[in-house]
Amino acid sequence: MNETLHVSSQFDEDLARLRTHVLQMGGVVETQISAAIEAYSSGEVASVKTIVETDRRINQLERSIDEDCAHIIAQRQPAASDLRLVLGISKIVTDLERTGDEAKKIAKSVRRIYEAGHQPTQYGIGIRHLAEAVLALVRRSLDAFARQDAAQAIEVIRADQDVDLEFKSIIRQLITHMMEDPRTITTSLEIMAISRAIERIGDHAKNICEQVIYVVEGRDIRHDKEAIK
Amino acid sequence: MMPVEPVVQKLTSEISIRNLNFYYGKAIALKNINLEIYKGKVTAFIGPSGCGKSTLLRTINRMYDLYPGQHADGELIVAGKNILEKGVDTIELRAKVGMVFQKPTPFPMSIYENIAFGVRMHEKLTRNEMDDRIEWALTKAALWNEVKDKLNKPGTGLSGGQQQRLCIARGVAVKPQVLLLDEPTSALDPISTMRIEELIHELKREFTIAIVTHNMQQAARVSDYTAYMYLGELVEFGKTDELFIKPQDKRTEDYITGRMG
Repeated sequence: MNETLHVSSQFDEDLARLRTHVLQMGGVVETQISAAIEAYSSGEVASVKTIVETDRRINQLERSIDEDCAHIIAQRQPAASDLRLVLGISKIVTDLERTGDEAKKIAKSVRRIYEAGHQPTQYGIGIRHLAEAVLALVRRSLDAFARQDAAQAIEVIRADQDVDLEFKSIIRQLITHMMEDPRTITTSLEIMAISRAIERIGDHAKNICEQVIYVVEGRDIRHDKEAIK
Repeated sequence: MMPVEPVVQKLTSEISIRNLNFYYGKAIALKNINLEIYKGKVTAFIGPSGCGKSTLLRTINRMYDLYPGQHADGELIVAGKNILEKGVDTIELRAKVGMVFQKPTPFPMSIYENIAFGVRMHEKLTRNEMDDRIEWALTKAALWNEVKDKLNKPGTGLSGGQQQRLCIARGVAVKPQVLLLDEPTSALDPISTMRIEELIHELKREFTIAIVTHNMQQAARVSDYTAYMYLGELVEFGKTDELFIKPQDKRTEDYITGRMG
């Protein structure tokens, strides 16, 4: 990132505020994921209501950060790294907002499972492990954004490939369960939805990291498998 | 089926600048400039005041000849000839390389004569041919519709934006290869500025254009290639899109993002 100050200190403040807001939004999203995982393991479905309410705040943050981006473009006509930062942030908040949606989906599935009187943990499937791994990816992607660290961003993108493999293995286990005992189908489908949501969160973390690389290096590596080898 | 391969345009050089130095007396104003100005493209020169961008532009048509003590060395090749050498016919050169200045400079004569004056220096045309040429030049400069009924009125009676387009018409009337524009819109209002920018888009079909501008957004809008100059040096030269999104040099980055201390 370009550390030299702008001639206009107001512009520096605008950009600093924009970055801070993205990190604040990221913090809220992280908490949502943790809360959803916690509800999954503990069965404390009362927290689901809070998760659903907090998601509205995330939606508002997305809108307000995007509005700030539009203001900066209109007022400052940013160029080079400033332009890339504003464009990148506008995309990053979309991924954060969708991550929030996935956390909400997880929470709602958890509530349905427990309210039907089932225990998802009985299925002995590595959901918690997958979820913790993905939460770490989200943290590291936000960290890479905060420090404008392209090397760390690449690591996160690579790590997301492992998440995808683990997700596929979970799906295979669930299919086996369902074939062996059709009574598990309802809960298995919910768990499948949960693992799908977790896998999607990993993809969003990857997308955020792709934007970090664009902001830092000006390189657009989306849909380019060669770029991360 | 959609063509997958992008059409690769072949770039040909209109002007080659090699190891160019320029001096105001003993003070060096341009240091070892190397640059190609491509045919049919718009090349913008940006940089802080005093960086040498106007000096470079004035070198291309040897405008500096008018001032004693100013001289250039190196090579500046236009149509295969180093125009910095002695014995170059500057009148002929300036017909090939036209120039428009920051302030509109119409001659104190009619709109018609403003354009005809330059054409007569280079060509002998009949009255009809001259009329056609005047209409052609004014149409090229997007001014014909506004002035066709008052060609005998003085050029100085036009608005600033119209005067500037008259100067552009005067420049294109002699059918140059290259048009040099030295901050052509800095004295104009936003609408007149947009007209001139629109005009630049039209003109590059037939002419190679080099423009000096203080307005970076203008450079980003109108040019295909941009050169960033600082303290008499060419810091960075490249495709405009790339230079404004991902400049290679930290000094370019700092300048275009407004970070000059």
